[in-house]
Amino acid sequence: MKIKMKPITRRQFFKTVAGSVVSFAALLASAPRAFAEKFFHEPPWLTKSPYWGMAIAVDNCIGCGKCVEACKTENDVPRQPYFFRTWVERYMIHRSGETKVESPNGGMDGFPPIKKSGDMMRSFFVPKMCNHCENSPCEQVCPVGASFRTQDGVVLIDRKYCIGCRYCIQACPYGCRYFHPKLHVADKCTLCYHRITRGLKPACVEACPNGARIFGDLSNPESPVSKFIENNTVQVLKPAMGTRPKLVYRGLDREVR
Amino acid sequence: MDPLMNELAEALNKVVGFIYPNEVELQWSILIVLYPYITGLVAGAFILASLERVFNVEAVRPTYRLSLLTALSFLIIAPLPLNVHLGQPQRAYEIFMTPHFSSAMAMFGFVYAWYLSAVLLLEVWFDYRKEIVMWSQTEKVWHKRIFYKVLTLGVTNISPASLKIDDKIGRAITVVGLPSAVLLHGYVGFIFGSVKANPWWSTPLMPVIFLFSAMASGIAAVMLLYMFLTWARGKAIDMLCIDTIGKFLLTAVIISFTLEMLETIQKAYEAQEHFDILALLMEGKLYLSMIVVQGIMGALIPMFLLGLVQLVKLPDNVRKTFYSAASVLILIGIFAMRWNVVIGGQFFSKSLMGFTTYKMALAGREGLFSAVVIAVLPFIILSVLLYLLPPWKDEGRSGKGGVA
Repeated sequence: MKIKMKPITRRQFFKTVAGSVVSFAALLASAPRAFAEKFFHEPPWLTKSPYWGMAIAVDNCIGCGKCVEACKTENDVPRQPYFFRTWVERYMIHRSGETKVESPNGGMDGFPPIKKSGDMMRSFFVPKMCNHCENSPCEQVCPVGASFRTQDGVVLIDRKYCIGCRYCIQACPYGCRYFHPKLHVADKCTLCYHRITRGLKPACVEACPNGARIFGDLSNPESPVSKFIENNTVQVLKPAMGTRPKLVYRGLDREVR
Repeated sequence: MDPLMNELAEALNKVVGFIYPNEVELQWSILIVLYPYITGLVAGAFILASLERVFNVEAVRPTYRLSLLTALSFLIIAPLPLNVHLGQPQRAYEIFMTPHFSSAMAMFGFVYAWYLSAVLLLEVWFDYRKEIVMWSQTEKVWHKRIFYKVLTLGVTNISPASLKIDDKIGRAITVVGLPSAVLLHGYVGFIFGSVKANPWWSTPLMPVIFLFSAMASGIAAVMLLYMFLTWARGKAIDMLCIDTIGKFLLTAVIISFTLEMLETIQKAYEAQEHFDILALLMEGKLYLSMIVVQGIMGALIPMFLLGLVQLVKLPDNVRKTFYSAASVLILIGIFAMRWNVVIGGQFFSKSLMGFTTYKMALAGREGLFSAVVIAVLPFIILSVLLYLLPPWKDEGRSGKGGVA
C-alpha cells in the first residue's frame, strides 16, 4: 500500500518556491506599516465638529427605567422584553462573592424591592446602550456596509440596505443590537439621531430624572459630556476589546461586564 | 400570538443566570450550522480530488470524478442556507454589488463565486470534455444528446493533442483550486474566528480547525459515496483506493482532533475571565454534543478504527465495515462540531454570566424541515450529475488504480 507520487524536477521546485518567497516577502515587508497606521488614532473630534459622545454616572442612576420607556416610545422599539436599544441592569454584590445581576423587562418597569439579606454588600444600577465605538466591530463585519459611522461619530444602520444576516449582532461585545421582529433587519440605538441633529437631546437623556445620562459634543470642550470627562474618572466597558467606545462611565464596578 | 414571541417567551423562562436582554433570541439557527458543514464537505471532497490530480496519488483515481461531482453538488447548495436565513433575502445580491471589504462574510461571496465558476465548473468541464463530445455524437436519447451538444460549447476537437492540452489546463486549474478550496473553507472559519466579542469563536486556530475537519468530513463523505455507489452498481470496491483514502482520513481526523484539543487546553490553562462560562458550557449544555458525539464518537472511535487498520492486517470485509463505520461517525461528529461552534457559541451571554437556550422549530423558514430539505438537495443534484456525467464510464480508461 504505497502512495505513489510523481517526482518534481529541481527546476520546478525552485520556480514555485522562489516565486512564493518573493511575493510573501513583499507582503510581509509592507504589513507592519499598514498596521501601525491603524494604531495611531488622533481623536476624530479634534478635527470633526460636532462629534457626539455620551457619559453615564452609575452613582446617579436610581433604576426607575424611565430612559428605557422613553427610548421605546421615541424610537418605536418593539414593546416585548427581548428588544432594547437601552436597558438598565441591577447588580447585587454579596459578601460571599456571589454577584446577582438582573434586568427584568430591561428595567423598564423599575426593579422589585431587594429582599433583606445580611450578606449583601452593595447594589447599584448600570444603564446600558450602544457604545458608538470608534472602532466598532459591528460596522466592521457588515457584509454590505449597511452599518456605518456618520461624520459626527454615530454608528447607524441603513434599514433599507441591511440584508438581515445578523453578523453585526454576533459581533457586538455589549449585546446592544437586536433583530427587529417586524422589519427583519438589525436594529440598535441611534443616539436619537433624528433629535440630536435638530439640537435636541436623546430621549433617554431627556427622560432621566437624576442626571445619570450626559450627552454632548466631544469637539466642544464646554459641552456637558466634555466637562464630565474632564472632571471625573471615567471608564469604558470591556476596554480589552479595543472597540474605543464613545460612551464612558463613572463609578463602574469591577463586576460589570 | 406570533410564534416568534411564543418561542422567546419560552426561552426567557429557561434563561439561567444573567444575559443581556437582547440575547434571549438566538440569532444563528440550524441553517447556519448547515452552512459550514456543507461548505466543509465541498472543500474536503475537492482536496481529495486534488490528491490524484496535483499530488499524483494514483490509488485514489476511482474517486476523482466522484469527488469533483460531490464537491459541485454541495457547492451549488452551500449559499442556500445563508440566503434562507437572511431577514431580507431579496437584498443578498448587495454583497456582490457593494461589498464591504472589511467583512469576512462579504469576502466569502467572492471566494465562493470564484471557486464555483473558475475552479469547479471549469475543472469538471475539462475533465469530461472528451466524453461530452463522444456522448454528443453517440447518445441515443435525443434530449440527452442535445444536452451534451450544448455542453460541448461548440468545441468538438478531441484529437490527442487537444486532450493533452485539456489535461494540462485541468491540472493547472486544480493547482489553483487547491488553495482556493483551502481559502473557501478557511474563510468560513474566519467568519467565526474573527468575532472577538465571542470567546468561544475568537481564535486564530478556527480557520485551521475548520479546514481539517472539512477535509475529514469531505473525505469521509466521498469514501462512503464511493463504497455505496460501487456496491449499488454491483462492482468490486477497489481496496487499494479505499485503503489509501482511509490513511488520509485518519490523518485529517488526527490533525483536526489535535488542534481542537490544543485550543481547549490552551483556553483552560490561560483561564481568562471567560473560561468559567466556557467550562460550564462544555460540562453542561454541550456535554452530549461535544464531549460524547463530537469527541468520543466522532473522533476517538474513528481514530481507533482507522488506526487499527494500519496496525493489524484485517480481511477486506472487515476493513470495508471499519471504513464505513468510521466515515459515518466522522460525518456525524463533524456535524456536531459545527453545531457546537455555531449554536454552542450563542448559548452563553457575552456578559459571561448566564445562558440562553435554543429550541429548534419543526416548521418555518429556519425549522428542522427546511434544514432537512437543504441537506437532501445536494444528493438530488448529485444523482442528476451522476446520471448525466457518469464518473465510472472512464473505468476502462483508468483501470484499477492504474494510469490513463
